[in-house]
Amino acid sequence: MNVNGRAVTADVEPRTLLVHFLRDDLGLTGTHIGCETSYCGACTVIVDGRTAKSCTMLAVQADGAEITTIEGLAADGELHPVQEGFWERHGLQCGYCTPGMIMSAVGLLSENPDPSEDEIRHGIEGNICRCTGYHNIVRAIEYAAAKMRGEEPAPAEWETQEVTA
Amino acid sequence: MFPRSFEYVAPADLAEAAEALASAEFAKVMSGGMSLIPMMKLRLLSPDLVVDIGKIRGLDQIEDRGDAIAIGALVRHAQTAASDAVPAALRTAAAWTGDTQVRNRGTTVGSVAHADIAADQPAAVLALGATMVARSASGTREIPADEFFVDALTTALEPGEILAEIRIPKAGGGSAYEKLGRRGGHTDYAVAGAAAWVQRSNGSISDCRVALTGVGTKPTLAEGVAEALIGTDGSASAVEAAAARATEGVTLLEDLYGSEEYKAHLAKVMTARALTQAIANA
Repeated sequence: MNVNGRAVTADVEPRTLLVHFLRDDLGLTGTHIGCETSYCGACTVIVDGRTAKSCTMLAVQADGAEITTIEGLAADGELHPVQEGFWERHGLQCGYCTPGMIMSAVGLLSENPDPSEDEIRHGIEGNICRCTGYHNIVRAIEYAAAKMRGEEPAPAEWETQEVTA
Repeated sequence: MFPRSFEYVAPADLAEAAEALASAEFAKVMSGGMSLIPMMKLRLLSPDLVVDIGKIRGLDQIEDRGDAIAIGALVRHAQTAASDAVPAALRTAAAWTGDTQVRNRGTTVGSVAHADIAADQPAAVLALGATMVARSASGTREIPADEFFVDALTTALEPGEILAEIRIPKAGGGSAYEKLGRRGGHTDYAVAGAAAWVQRSNGSISDCRVALTGVGTKPTLAEGVAEALIGTDGSASAVEAAAARATEGVTLLEDLYGSEEYKAHLAKVMTARALTQAIANA
């Protein structure tokens, strides 16, 4: 298979899950293991252009596939617009769900470059965050979507909201 | 958490897959693996051999065969959900299956063959009067949808058979699917769901099938509903009267998500909604 542009070859036991192959054999520990029951989406990677939960895929199923993990997003020291969005709009608290959340957002924006808030919320329904209540994650994806369309992202809410004591 | 050890083959065609399936004492077919892999990880299922049909070419097509739409064994939920050739009930059921990642890998045919008691697409293929095409080492067998679902996670498929294709007759009319999901709205498995298909001629309903999911041990045809609706004008009052018979002859099953009473109520509500939409689509 090809992982983040690098051809890799290995012999694995059939029961090796893709997430274990990525983390333990290739050392790509950015892909997280969360619930292990296909619910939480922390292990999301992109397989042949579509998002997949790597805890629910055998490594052998990915034989010959093109895989992108969180490590494959930034190029030449520049963050991917979705990574930048999570940074700029503080789309995380503990960060555990973040790699999977970002990969799902990348998958969503590749199919729908201008999603509504509703489409974003449904687009990330396969990813669970137990800290944020999703609010800033949605703002982060909106930021990335604008950037990727070549537009200026809306200012952060904390810069525009007035606070009254 | 990972499965017990198993042998793995990825055959190049269906004939080879059928041969492999017949070669082991306990073999399972895998398409997307969205149901099989979680069950194997939980060790609810530990096959000796997994026959991965995922590498077989040509099974990922939705084909118009003139009198039927044929859905191949590797057509993903996302593909079914996005296809204009697929009737609305199945398209909607596919769009409401799992989440984005699951819809990218899981297959319509796999979901039907798995026959989860609360899955969406089995109800849709039942309401649409589909034919299941099973392939084994000894040839091909066609099974009508209303004989296919036997019990929870149990179908009419024999151990050596692969569900290779689902054919949906191009019978005209209109169809729809409605559900309440376990996480609210349409998300997650159905607490209760109803798929409806209706045909109209000369201002009245000439044919109808409604199938329920999530309320019993298998997707079930609500025959009383069809009986009550056929011959009426399909008005709101006719739909309401027909939907009231949704659970007639259906063995209801209480689960974590609702009592028998609640499931019966939802079955009627979802039946009425699906019928109303199907009639509008007809």
